[in-house]
Amino acid sequence: MRLDAAARSLLLKEFLSAFVLSMRYFFKPKATLNFPHERNPLSPRFRGEHALRRYPNGEERCIACKLCEAICPAQAITIEAGPRRNDGTRRTTRYDIDMVKCIYCGMCQEACPVDAIVEGPNQSFAVESREELLYDKSRLLENGARWERELARNIALDAPYR
Amino acid sequence: MTKVLVDNKEIDVPAEYTLLQACEAAGAEIPRFCFHERLSIAGNCRMCLIEVKGGPPKPQASCAMSVRDLRPGPNGEPPAMFTNTPMVKKAREGVMEFLLINHPLDCPICDQGGECDLQDQAMAFGVDSSRYGENKRAVEDKYIGPLVKTSMNRCIHCTRCVRFTAEVAGTGDMGAIGRGEDMEITTYLETAMASELQGNVADLCPVGALLPAPQSFRARSWELQKTQSIDVMDAVGSAIRVDTRGREVMRILPRLNEAVNEEWISDKTRQVVDGLRAQRLDRPYLRENGKLRAATWREAFAAIAAKVGATPPQKIGAIAGDLASVEEIYALQGLMRALGSANVDCRQDGSKSHPKFGRASYLFNPGIAGIEEADSLLIVGSNPRREAPVLNARIRKRWLRGNFLIGVVGEHADLTYPYRYIGAGPESLTGDLKAPDSSKKPMLLIGQGALARPDGEAVLKRALDIATASRVFVDGWNGFSVLHTAAARVGGLDLGFVPGGGGMDALAMAKGGVDVLFNLGADEIEVAAGAFVIYQGSHGDLGAHRADVILPGAAYTEKSGTWVNTEGRAQLGERAAFPPGAAREDWAILRALSEALGHKLPFDSLSALRVALYRDAPHMAAIDQIVAGSAINAAGMAAGAPDKAAFASPIQDFYLTNPIARASATMAECSALARGRARQAAE
Repeated sequence: MRLDAAARSLLLKEFLSAFVLSMRYFFKPKATLNFPHERNPLSPRFRGEHALRRYPNGEERCIACKLCEAICPAQAITIEAGPRRNDGTRRTTRYDIDMVKCIYCGMCQEACPVDAIVEGPNQSFAVESREELLYDKSRLLENGARWERELARNIALDAPYR
Repeated sequence: MTKVLVDNKEIDVPAEYTLLQACEAAGAEIPRFCFHERLSIAGNCRMCLIEVKGGPPKPQASCAMSVRDLRPGPNGEPPAMFTNTPMVKKAREGVMEFLLINHPLDCPICDQGGECDLQDQAMAFGVDSSRYGENKRAVEDKYIGPLVKTSMNRCIHCTRCVRFTAEVAGTGDMGAIGRGEDMEITTYLETAMASELQGNVADLCPVGALLPAPQSFRARSWELQKTQSIDVMDAVGSAIRVDTRGREVMRILPRLNEAVNEEWISDKTRQVVDGLRAQRLDRPYLRENGKLRAATWREAFAAIAAKVGATPPQKIGAIAGDLASVEEIYALQGLMRALGSANVDCRQDGSKSHPKFGRASYLFNPGIAGIEEADSLLIVGSNPRREAPVLNARIRKRWLRGNFLIGVVGEHADLTYPYRYIGAGPESLTGDLKAPDSSKKPMLLIGQGALARPDGEAVLKRALDIATASRVFVDGWNGFSVLHTAAARVGGLDLGFVPGGGGMDALAMAKGGVDVLFNLGADEIEVAAGAFVIYQGSHGDLGAHRADVILPGAAYTEKSGTWVNTEGRAQLGERAAFPPGAAREDWAILRALSEALGHKLPFDSLSALRVALYRDAPHMAAIDQIVAGSAINAAGMAAGAPDKAAFASPIQDFYLTNPIARASATMAECSALARGRARQAAE
């Protein structure tokens, strides 16, 4: 037994195996990312910043059913509705999300019968003041316009599982 | 009583009960769409199917079969009903599937969503997917008036609305045309409905086919705060539920009160909501150099104190308007007493009702539910259809039961039931005008058209003579009924808010009898130039235009108040919203003003006020009850022949009777339509 231990010590076995391990990791691809420039792949179900979508013909999807407002566990959504002036259809006159209250649970997009309110892939929307996180309807529609390609792709990818 | 088994539970029910009622009595819940307690039985939705042993061997519509149609078993077992067997469930699921074949799946954009019978019952009996691949039926939406919006694709043909307009409203505006799949509910020529109760069809509709139009898309049922209150649009005091969201009153719905309004309310009660937002007085105003300018409470009170201080008490007067609650009339009464003035009046229309003739002389003594016991009715100087549509529906309900003689002295108007027209004016009130001898419980209904005239006392005397000759007061029955038009009137009379010794009445004060006039929301009286008018009210209407100082008060939904209805029933309305801007609750304004005038009223809170009020008028504490008051005392009533002029109802335009209704755009639209109808009828 003693001879065995002496031989290992003499031949620096532990030192060498540790060196090999570190060299193996040294030449492996890196696990970290250079964050703002490089990003992890995102699931199509990722729940990031909210957006209100439009139909391809430009019509707002939202029909002011208020189900998202009702289901929101943080009560972050405020909606006011009324008949639209030109055609009398049911539309929101106000659609606010308090992004500070929001817990990004995704219940709003689950509740939405017309896929109008969605949580998109955007996760970088840090701002400098609290007021900027009180999103109104125009801001949400603008998000929808900006992210529509990704939003549509995500919904299509997730559709087979629903 | 018949013994039946409901789900193996034995229960005794009257033989005339329907199977549905028997099941309900046994505690079993039966889904239904077409059946409604207050309407005739149609039996066309088939949702209430149950299994019956001792009846036909098939699922039986429980609303359309009565207990006496059932046979006992071979060994004398009581007939049995089953409400939860697999057969019943399967039958109801089948009915639900058929109903949903043509019902659109537009719950997210339907205002009924969340309070929809079809939605609820589809949760219980619906299947998760459709087996129907064909096209759904499409029906064009109909115009049926400004108050009810239609979405006829959603109609399930329960015909509740048709039965309501035919039976309760008595106008027969709606009907069904076509058969089977082509059946459509319509007002035939797509004209607006003519009934004053048409808003109720939206409540009756079990789906979203008929919806209240002014509230279209505004709010969901689950986000509304519900407050129980009392209506002040007429003197009936209908029980209402005020639904608010945030600060805003979104809608008014009826509440069940069998003794007063059953479950109906008039269109004015229901749709006056937008009037609560418009034309509001939200800060005090002061007239300077002939123009009103916004002021602070302090300035307004200082101006009043200066004027009141420089005026002798007998030149100060107060008039209470038609919407005032008992609390503020009581506070105003206390203030006027402290100032030493006897010039107070709550009868701005010049009515001759007076507490000195006994409380029974100005009450609707048999009670509104008592109409159903009566067996003959003489209407004097009143148009109940315009003055109290819900009460008129009760008269019609009694008339429908048959054996009910109705005579009218006054306007020859369409009251939704036939009557014998006797005459137009007081000359028809002669001795030989009395109820037939067969009548055991005769009623005499006298309106403000007969009492609110200079010879009102003489008319009242004559009416009492006829009532006595007709045996209106016999054997504990008192069929003498005064129909008021103002919600505040009976409360004011109960408090004795009428001119004291040497005091002036409202008309004398308005004609220039006083130098300082305190006007508590009286907007239907023209005040002559010269007097300094302090107007306290909620809306910028006639009273505010004439005012020298405006104190912004609360509308009836914005204060907790007591109103006494025409039966003498004290009812409590709770506060549903807050008054806008600097406006305050009316009793609090009067309390603050009293301090500025140096006659501090002895209460600092509404509860302290009520303690004092209940001490002075104990029957106000008996909420929702009618406390018997003093009997009629005809002594001192002006005798002599009344004037020849014909009786005219004080309400010529049902939709625009008070400042809140006059501020409402919906009411203005209804009023224009009603005027158009009247013009067309005249041509």
